[in-house]
Amino acid sequence: MNKIEVIVTKCTGCGLCIKSCPYGAIKLVDSPHQLESGRTVKQLAVIDLDKCTYCGACVEACKRYNAILIEKKEEQVTATLDVYKNVWIYAEQHRGTISPVVFELIAKGKELAEKLNVKVCSILLGHNIKELAKELIYYGSDIVYIVDDPVLKEFLDEPYSAVLSWLIQKEKPEIVLMGATNIGRSFASRVAAKIRTGLTADCTGLDVDPTTRNLLQTRPAFGGNIMATILTPKHRPQMATVRHKVFKPLQKDTSRNGEIIEVQYDFSKVKIRTKFLEFIKDTTAKVNLAEADIIVSGGRGLGGPDGFKLLEELADLLGGAVGASRAAVDAGWIPYSHQVGQTGRTVAPKLYIACGISGQIQHLVGMSSSQIIVAINKDPSAPMMKIATYSIEGDLYEIVPELIKAVKEYKGIKD
Amino acid sequence: MHFVVCIKQVPATTSVQIDPKTGTLKREGVESIINPFDEYAIEEGIRLKERVGGITTVITMGPPQAEQALREALSRGCDDAILLTDRSFAGADTWATSYTLSCAIKMLPEPADLIICGKQASDGDTAQVGPSVAEMLDIPHVAYVRKIVDIRPGYIKVERMLEDGVDVLEMSLPALITVVKEINTPRLPTLKGMLAAKKKQIHVWNKETIHAETDKIGLVGSPTQVVKVFTPPPRLGGERITGADAKEIAQKLIQKLSSHGII
Repeated sequence: MNKIEVIVTKCTGCGLCIKSCPYGAIKLVDSPHQLESGRTVKQLAVIDLDKCTYCGACVEACKRYNAILIEKKEEQVTATLDVYKNVWIYAEQHRGTISPVVFELIAKGKELAEKLNVKVCSILLGHNIKELAKELIYYGSDIVYIVDDPVLKEFLDEPYSAVLSWLIQKEKPEIVLMGATNIGRSFASRVAAKIRTGLTADCTGLDVDPTTRNLLQTRPAFGGNIMATILTPKHRPQMATVRHKVFKPLQKDTSRNGEIIEVQYDFSKVKIRTKFLEFIKDTTAKVNLAEADIIVSGGRGLGGPDGFKLLEELADLLGGAVGASRAAVDAGWIPYSHQVGQTGRTVAPKLYIACGISGQIQHLVGMSSSQIIVAINKDPSAPMMKIATYSIEGDLYEIVPELIKAVKEYKGIKD
Repeated sequence: MHFVVCIKQVPATTSVQIDPKTGTLKREGVESIINPFDEYAIEEGIRLKERVGGITTVITMGPPQAEQALREALSRGCDDAILLTDRSFAGADTWATSYTLSCAIKMLPEPADLIICGKQASDGDTAQVGPSVAEMLDIPHVAYVRKIVDIRPGYIKVERMLEDGVDVLEMSLPALITVVKEINTPRLPTLKGMLAAKKKQIHVWNKETIHAETDKIGLVGSPTQVVKVFTPPPRLGGERITGADAKEIAQKLIQKLSSHGII
């Protein structure tokens, strides 16, 4: 248990600790007592243990008298932090295809591993996925751990979190990075809960302090209005999910060598209470929104569902995906899976073309980290027009068809 | 059946600012609301009760004023409300929050059949608490649920949204789901509901009530620590592209984009 006490012979009843306490846990009571110096004072600080969180703010405030003693029960992991080595990347795959964010993470993981003088390892879970291991090495992994088992054929949180938690506890990596995909954010949470460690969601910046070996995890909060840097100082591994397209993958290099370690796991003890029935592919989206390099997006200004046909034509030509604002989705013009913004998806493509989207804050937080933003809008004062790299004032039904023609011309495609 | 909805009270706006003097978030004058994603969780909790019968309990952890969020949930049709409030819960990260919620759910007089959470909160945006609560309760979960296809005692069938489609899954109950906006359209509170909610008693539980271990709650129990908060540099606007007609504008834009190597 944690302990905190006021040393009666040192407390002068000055009350500095009261001001410092963020939890209102300290008060002064009338209790005349004699100090070590022989002086008698009238008041004594008393700590309400129900309110105290043992944060230590009062100890800092009482430096002059040193009248407060605190003993925090450090969890034993602290002492053994240094047995944790290596940077792990969870190599998310879906039906035999590795999620592109994995290659971005390997590149970043390699950079962190070099600073820490350790290795970058990929963890590949699934069934009949062994041939994917080489790909992970070509993109920079030093080691690939594989667990190939029929139980892992479809992604289910329970078996996936059980095997990853077990592997972490067995091999003791110091950092575990995962893509901030729907799957990653769901099962990383279970793993961190199980092994009692910190998990930072949806990071957009990562660095390490080579001395403390702490991972500096920077992420947006409050819809991107605030950035926060977060540490997991006393627990290992330090886990983070990372946003798509923040880091650049390395060039694929088939001459890279690495070690492939196959691991067997006994699933008989794992409770699996979830059953996969079927996967229904989204046929309205040819390109995965989160992974698209180019997104052509439409909003209320489209005036109806037909406008999306036009945007789709442009997106197809550019090899991009079609996005939408909440207004367009709520109007029923396009399915929710296309929605960009706070209640939809967060995207960061190289090019985001916003057609008839005014740019409400909830939409902007979902796309404002795009490299280049093009806004097409009748209203020059729309917020989207103000943050766009290139803004075009005009009717999208005049501009977009011309854009389609210009792209075709540029690419040498004949009508 | 017993449906339990976990909600969070969040600032009404995401445009919060940092006090340049103290480096902390300015919270004064910012109105609090129910996390927008939790609105769908509350609605689903009420719809399920109406569909298969049972009661719906709403739980939140927060300062005493979070009671307001619970009253609102009651006014929409939840039957019971529990406020987890204790000074020592303050400063909790997702791990400590999930632990606190899981302790409370274990203490419910009637065990929960289905726990429903919003997919994430609009302030922290982590999406971590729901799945973590499930792990700590040792029950299955499915995140990003867009539809409950079937539910009956001991069984649920749901659709999970993924980036490229939808998984159809079934689970045994008790279980936990986190829900996305597509699942329903939340109802507004009725006047009758609001009046009834005013009279209802909200149960206030502290760390003793839920038998939480002191070193796993609040700031002390949180593995992660925020060491710095800052405002990102605003995105500056760029260039206005003009021309005699749409054709000229379009061609100019394509030139610009090709100069960036994007197309």
